[in-house]
Amino acid sequence: MGTSHTSSGVRVTVTGLRKSYDGVPILKGLDFEVAPGEIFVVMGPSGSGKSVLLKHVIGLESPDEGQILIDGEPIDGEHIADKYRMAMVFQSGALLNSLTVGENIGLYLSEHRLKTEDEIARIVAEKLQLVGLEKLENRFPSELSGGMKKRVAIARALAVEPQLILYDEPTSELDPLSAINIGEEIYNLNQRIHVTSIVVTHDRDLAFGVADRIAIMHQGEILFIGTPDQIRASDIPVIREFITADFNLKKHA
Amino acid sequence: MLFWKSLLALPTAWRHRRKISEQLFEIGNASLLMACVLSLFIGGVLALQTGPVLVERGLSSVIGGVVGLSMCKELGPVMMSVLIAGRIGSAMAAELGSMQAYQEIDALRTMNINPVHYLVLPRLLAISLALPMLVVFSILVGWTGGAAVSALNHDIGVSFQGYFQNLREVVEVKDVLNGLAKSFGFAVIIGIVSCHQGLKTIGGPRGIGRSVTKAVVNSIVLILIMDYVLTRVLMVFDH
Repeated sequence: MGTSHTSSGVRVTVTGLRKSYDGVPILKGLDFEVAPGEIFVVMGPSGSGKSVLLKHVIGLESPDEGQILIDGEPIDGEHIADKYRMAMVFQSGALLNSLTVGENIGLYLSEHRLKTEDEIARIVAEKLQLVGLEKLENRFPSELSGGMKKRVAIARALAVEPQLILYDEPTSELDPLSAINIGEEIYNLNQRIHVTSIVVTHDRDLAFGVADRIAIMHQGEILFIGTPDQIRASDIPVIREFITADFNLKKHA
Repeated sequence: MLFWKSLLALPTAWRHRRKISEQLFEIGNASLLMACVLSLFIGGVLALQTGPVLVERGLSSVIGGVVGLSMCKELGPVMMSVLIAGRIGSAMAAELGSMQAYQEIDALRTMNINPVHYLVLPRLLAISLALPMLVVFSILVGWTGGAAVSALNHDIGVSFQGYFQNLREVVEVKDVLNGLAKSFGFAVIIGIVSCHQGLKTIGGPRGIGRSVTKAVVNSIVLILIMDYVLTRVLMVFDH
């Protein structure tokens, strides 16, 4: 497993991906490709299958049909996790509550014995600084706010020096300022190490702010893939409804 | 399946020594006082129940052997295992269940960290070491409880000295080893069943509750079934 500080993104290819739970189809044949170093945002209403898609891309779920390739190799192939460094930022953060913030961030490095304890401590401090949370190494996740947990989760993903990073609703439950900070982190990380990023969100501001391309998902299908400008110009009713939806309560009162 | 995966992970055990010692400390810390109280009273009740019957038949001098053998071959291992299934098995299932429900185990997988190596193996090894140690402790305390009741209860009236003299004559090292072998088997059952239930938790707090209940109930049922099987197998070595 490599540990270099300069990462390079991988190509992700999804073909004919289908998945059902208890006979209910959740993913209905998805096809798309994400180029190395691209920020690819999957946007759509809740329940459209975005998070399930993400779990397939990182190999946490197996598809009923179709396949996911990382640089041309199937995600369920042997030693794929040893060959490519991948990380995921979960919606809840998914920090290990029994470990401190520092232990969480250094977990990948310590468990795979990639660095000495001193080096890990230095990397942890560096990643915490990067997400604006200096000197929090010894705190436990239960002592952090939702936004801080998300940033620690990003710091943990950064410690992997990933070639592919997946974000599951990175700005949900965050105030607008924290959401902007997270968006900047996603963008800066991509610029710095050219990591391939797949962001699942229903936050339109985040999507249009960071994406190279956006895929609109609806009821388990991808309706459209395009640049932010192409999405804005789309006349597909479902997409227009989703990107223009706004509170209009007072108007009707 | 989880048992085989854990066996295959054994070569990595040394790497997890810190986690194993943490778990050992937790098990000991959580169970020692309870084990002490439980064993003292089990030994006492055994003496209280059998003592008068033996006195009636003029066999009061063998009470040390009766309590001694019962404690080390049956009651020590079984009662300690039931206690540990309730106290530690439930905690294991709840902890792993909560990690499963809140995606912590998924997070480990995305970091290419095997949950069996990282979570199951240290717990399984710790409980497999801790339970036999607790059983030794339980046997000793149980013997003492039996001795105290035999000496203090006027219907029995067997002195400390007489009680332990008979115990030494009847109980052999192989009897204690017999109990320890059983407790090791029970520890593996509790560890595997509890971790398995924790890892297959579905849903939130309700799912965790279900996993905890299943872990304790299944462990106890399996312990009692395995108790018969192991007793039968170990009887072969007695002859």
